Amino acid sequence: MNLLSVSNLYVNFHTKERELAALIDVSFTLNRGERIAIVGESGAGKSVLGFSIVNLIGKPGYIESGSIKLENKELTKMSLRQLQEVRGKRIAMIFQDPMMTLNPVLTIGDQLVETIRSHTKISYKDARNIAIEKLHHVQIASPEKRFNQYPHELSGGMRQRVIIASVLLLNPDIIIADEPTTALDVTIQAEILQLLLTICRDNGVALVLISHDLGVVSKVAERTLVMYAGHVVEEGPTLEIINDPQHPYTQGLLNALPQMTLPGQRLNQIQGSMPSLAERPSGCAFHPRCPYATQKCRQEQPNFIYSGVSSVACFLVEDMLNEFAEQDQETH
Amino acid sequence: MATPLIQISGLEKAFTTNESWLSQWRFHRGKLRRHKDSIHALNGVNLTINQGETVCVVGETGCGKSTLARVIMGLTTPSAGEIHYLDQRIDHLNNRQRMFFRRRMQMVFQNPYASLNPRMTVYQTLSEPISFHNPQLSQSQVDEQIDELLESVGISASSSDRYPHEFSGGQRQRISLARALSVEPDFIVADEPLSALDVSVQAQVLNLMMDKQEERNLSYLFITHDLAVVEHFATRVAVMYLGRICELAPTKTLFSAPKHPYTRALLSAIPRLDSNTAQPIRLIGEVPTPVEKPIGCVFQARCPYANQRCYEHSPAMTLQRDGSSVACHAIEEGRL
Repeated sequence: MNLLSVSNLYVNFHTKERELAALIDVSFTLNRGERIAIVGESGAGKSVLGFSIVNLIGKPGYIESGSIKLENKELTKMSLRQLQEVRGKRIAMIFQDPMMTLNPVLTIGDQLVETIRSHTKISYKDARNIAIEKLHHVQIASPEKRFNQYPHELSGGMRQRVIIASVLLLNPDIIIADEPTTALDVTIQAEILQLLLTICRDNGVALVLISHDLGVVSKVAERTLVMYAGHVVEEGPTLEIINDPQHPYTQGLLNALPQMTLPGQRLNQIQGSMPSLAERPSGCAFHPRCPYATQKCRQEQPNFIYSGVSSVACFLVEDMLNEFAEQDQETH
Repeated sequence: MATPLIQISGLEKAFTTNESWLSQWRFHRGKLRRHKDSIHALNGVNLTINQGETVCVVGETGCGKSTLARVIMGLTTPSAGEIHYLDQRIDHLNNRQRMFFRRRMQMVFQNPYASLNPRMTVYQTLSEPISFHNPQLSQSQVDEQIDELLESVGISASSSDRYPHEFSGGQRQRISLARALSVEPDFIVADEPLSALDVSVQAQVLNLMMDKQEERNLSYLFITHDLAVVEHFATRVAVMYLGRICELAPTKTLFSAPKHPYTRALLSAIPRLDSNTAQPIRLIGEVPTPVEKPIGCVFQARCPYANQRCYEHSPAMTLQRDGSSVACHAIEEGRL
């Protein structure tokens, strides 16, 4: 059985004029110990998806329909009390900015101990020992000293390590990391990614990595979901998606990277920019920017189909597959 | 050889952290003494930029790359050192004297959401520099120039009476570039112009910058931490660490044969798309803050090759056989 399965999830944002759809028919599954990535540009809905998994969508957003199942428990129908058992203990989150996550007026140690003691009944001393062990686990030097320091005394990379330690305190099954390295420098980023990877591997924790950086994703995730304007447009093994992207958007995204063209040459840009929630075009949301768009793309929403490499929502790929199937029939 | 467009020598900049007079007093060995704490953002930077060239400055947060940009533009005054534009010294000028150079040098900032005035339409934003620097132009000539300028950065002239919030991030950055180009400069300093933009939009802005360079023979000082962009765009790359340039090399040389231990670590840390799973070189610790003026090599604390000499003497830039310059004792001594 899948550890986590999200099916046909619709998330809306309520505004005075109308309901804006942030997620449209999003489905995916996550197995125990699996690492997946959600990739997309800003406004694609990747963070909304991460937040809605633990039902953290704040007003005016709300889950319109669909189901999110952790093993066999439905998360969308849980009461706050039940959710608190899930949040942190089963599914933990790491956010982009560690300074925003840590409380600036409490010491690192107090925050870690509080986390443990709010979920399990143990003494302060035992909790302290666990906290120090976890700090040691995330390769923080002299954890006893750090335990009594405040967040502002630590550097950015160190803070993100503390966050990872705090996430590990309750041994969750799933870690959702929302752009965990975006605020960090490259050399520190490499270390934090390595740390996340080893921790997930060693403890069999499943990871949902939300990122806009395909380079980061390729180093960590086994499977990747590409999102565009609230839809999942492509899903498949990370290596396949990077080496053989099927959806025109994924192709464009990869081709736009500077390393894809020779130095000094013009880059392959995608025209235009992602539509906002309020001005989502009809049919396939990508059609105004798509070089292959046809009349059908402008009117109808493509279905998700398996192309042999990855699952894609694109009429172009669908037509191609149908053509192959017809040719196959003719030859038989 | 022609005179370089911009020549920077021995540039230093220290920021005082206890600005107020009262906080500068402290007890030291039983006596009250006045002491200024300062952060040394730049510690002797030497750099030349030639006509039509793109020099990229890379480095981690706090290494002084933005300070370098601001000092060159005259937005802050240097503590020591000289900046020459062609053969004129420009670092000590007052605002009036600097006006001529402001036309020749322009800047594009990181965040187009903050660098455009939200209460000015695109027309107002662009007409101000044009009519200020060209008072002889008539209104219709100014209008004409603005239309031309907007079209040239890929924004329709009809949207000139719109406000910045009506544009997307990429469009705003193109408007900032149009504003910089409006006075026809020959040198543009761009401080992380792409980092607030999405990948697909980054490509649009970068393409535009390359087109403009070709059209107008512009020189760029391009500050970034994205090494993929650097590899694509730069003629030469300067790697900065704690306020000093530790390696300066033609782009190809730098990426194929990085020399300085810091450059090596930096390049190995980029997450690349190819399935090459070489382990990044681990650096111990993090970038220290330059509160005290560093003695010896700036990189000594994190360098795996540091020896006694590195702790005591600061290495000078030495020219290597392949055209790159490196400041490192280990390379000089042949230990690396």
